[in-house]
Amino acid sequence: MFYREAGQFKTNYAADMAVFPILQDKIGIAIILALALVVIPLVGNAFFLSVVMIPFLVFALASIGLNLLTGYTGLLSLGTAGFMGVGAFACYKLTTIFPEVNIIVWIFASGLFSAAVGVFFGLPSLRIKGFYLAVATLAAQFFLQWCFIRIPWLYNYNVSGAIEVPTRTLFGIPVTGPNASPEMRYYVVLGLVILLTWIASNLVHGRIGRSWMAVRDMDIAAELMGIKLLPTKLLAFAVSSFYCGVAGALMVFLWYGGAEPEVFSINQSFLILFMVIIGGLGSLIGSFFGAALIYILPIVLRGAPSLVGLDIGAATVEHLTFMIVGALIIVFLIVEPHGLARLWQTGKQKLRVWPFPY
Amino acid sequence: MRAPDMNAGVAAGDVLLAVENVSLRFGGVKAITDVSFDIRKGEIRAIIGPNGAGKTSMLNVINGFYHPQEGRITFKGKTRSRMRPHEAARQGIARTFQNVALFKGMTTLDNIMAGRTLKMKRGFFWQMLRHGPALAEEIEHRRVVEEIIDFLEIEAIRKVPVGRLPYGLQKRVELGRALAMEPDLLLLDEPMAGMNLEEKEDMCRFILDVNSQFGTTIALIEHDMGVVMDLSDRVVVLEYGRKIADGVPDEVKKNQAVIDAYLGVPH
Repeated sequence: MFYREAGQFKTNYAADMAVFPILQDKIGIAIILALALVVIPLVGNAFFLSVVMIPFLVFALASIGLNLLTGYTGLLSLGTAGFMGVGAFACYKLTTIFPEVNIIVWIFASGLFSAAVGVFFGLPSLRIKGFYLAVATLAAQFFLQWCFIRIPWLYNYNVSGAIEVPTRTLFGIPVTGPNASPEMRYYVVLGLVILLTWIASNLVHGRIGRSWMAVRDMDIAAELMGIKLLPTKLLAFAVSSFYCGVAGALMVFLWYGGAEPEVFSINQSFLILFMVIIGGLGSLIGSFFGAALIYILPIVLRGAPSLVGLDIGAATVEHLTFMIVGALIIVFLIVEPHGLARLWQTGKQKLRVWPFPY
Repeated sequence: MRAPDMNAGVAAGDVLLAVENVSLRFGGVKAITDVSFDIRKGEIRAIIGPNGAGKTSMLNVINGFYHPQEGRITFKGKTRSRMRPHEAARQGIARTFQNVALFKGMTTLDNIMAGRTLKMKRGFFWQMLRHGPALAEEIEHRRVVEEIIDFLEIEAIRKVPVGRLPYGLQKRVELGRALAMEPDLLLLDEPMAGMNLEEKEDMCRFILDVNSQFGTTIALIEHDMGVVMDLSDRVVVLEYGRKIADGVPDEVKKNQAVIDAYLGVPH
């Protein structure tokens, strides 16, 4: 009724190839952007911004990174946390060696470091696929984590073995370190996530995205179209690792404010892989859904009993949260194995013809 | 769609592709033994033979998936040594597969657009922005792709993921994807396998139209003898990896070796 494309005629190819070809989708994305940019910072308190929104955005960015590799190019990777760690440690080294350079520049530069490492560990992908590739990237994960622990130069020989984020400013306002306000950190994270999501969307809708998906769906036929497999796969590794690296730098600099190498353990890799799978492989919006379901839902569940006035012990709430989230993941995967993004699409399709069944 | 440049080194009627004394072995298995034939510019050339005769292997040799142990292949006057499939694509060889090899998760439009990959030049930077030159390029190629979609009469399924399409349409989309490469030589591996009569007739019409409108040279493998004899200008017959006959359809039909290969001989 309110979600109809009837009467919206495309008169040129540019309009038809737009990422959001339907007017209602354009309005929807504008509302979401307005909410994120204006309403949330105004309404949300410091807790909401720094414990819910910033981590959600960081996880969404990492999920987009992994989704470009696993969902779009079909290369299964378990090295996500390792690549995030490369970003975080690179950013830390760069900003302590050159403190006068703007931190945003170093966040992007650390993504480039991560991309280079990703390309190196992506080399085996020409020969191996699927679970075997996952095992090869597992090697990257363990090797990189070993580096974070065993190379003291990476954390500037701190006795604690952890990195502590120094204060850095943007236009005179602190954005990292203990003095940075949650609003400022939120805006920086949000700005980068919007920019990088836009770029990812452009990439997957163009020639490069088509080559990635072609390699995923039928690599023999892709090669026959003139798509060279190795460069295409390595580009996917590079872009994916860049996103993960930036997400890692954001995680440490704008969320944690400091980190130990354990943050970048295999568990983190699995967590992000689950976000991608539950959100929907090969869908950018799915990455946001996945991050929301796995990260925000437990927070909501933990807060729920006290909100409705139930007096349950903290430990019990924690256990219940695990059980409910676990059950929900199974339910979602049974209802729609292709993830929340597919559910979302099905829902939109139903809405389009509502109130008729088809 | 623009017709391929007819003056690209080879005039109509000249030899476009020459296969000379090609032998292909997988360990002890001889897939192809000492086969020679040629494909002339602008013709429809059929490769037939009983199951396991080495027809698909022959196509795989031509577009670089297999490297023959012996023999030479000359395409557009250039004799090649080892060549990868993406190089074959660059030189103008396109191909469809026996069991449809479409990009299942992509729409019809994206599949055919993927066929244009080689023609698209804008680099990573513009792809990131998807504005200006990259968008202009995308629109330019979309126009060509739409012409192919019109030509194959698949307008209605433009935005449908190909995995959901019926088999006959998938075959048609695959032909469209190969056409999008604007090839000089189009290899069709059983384009009509598993189709009903109507779909076969449609496909025959498309193949003839491609050949006459765009001047594309076509090599096809097909088991339906009626189709082969009607469509093709010349036929080469393989059996157990050897060539047993080569000529115009009427000659081949009467050839005793071919009749024996298909019907068997009394022992």
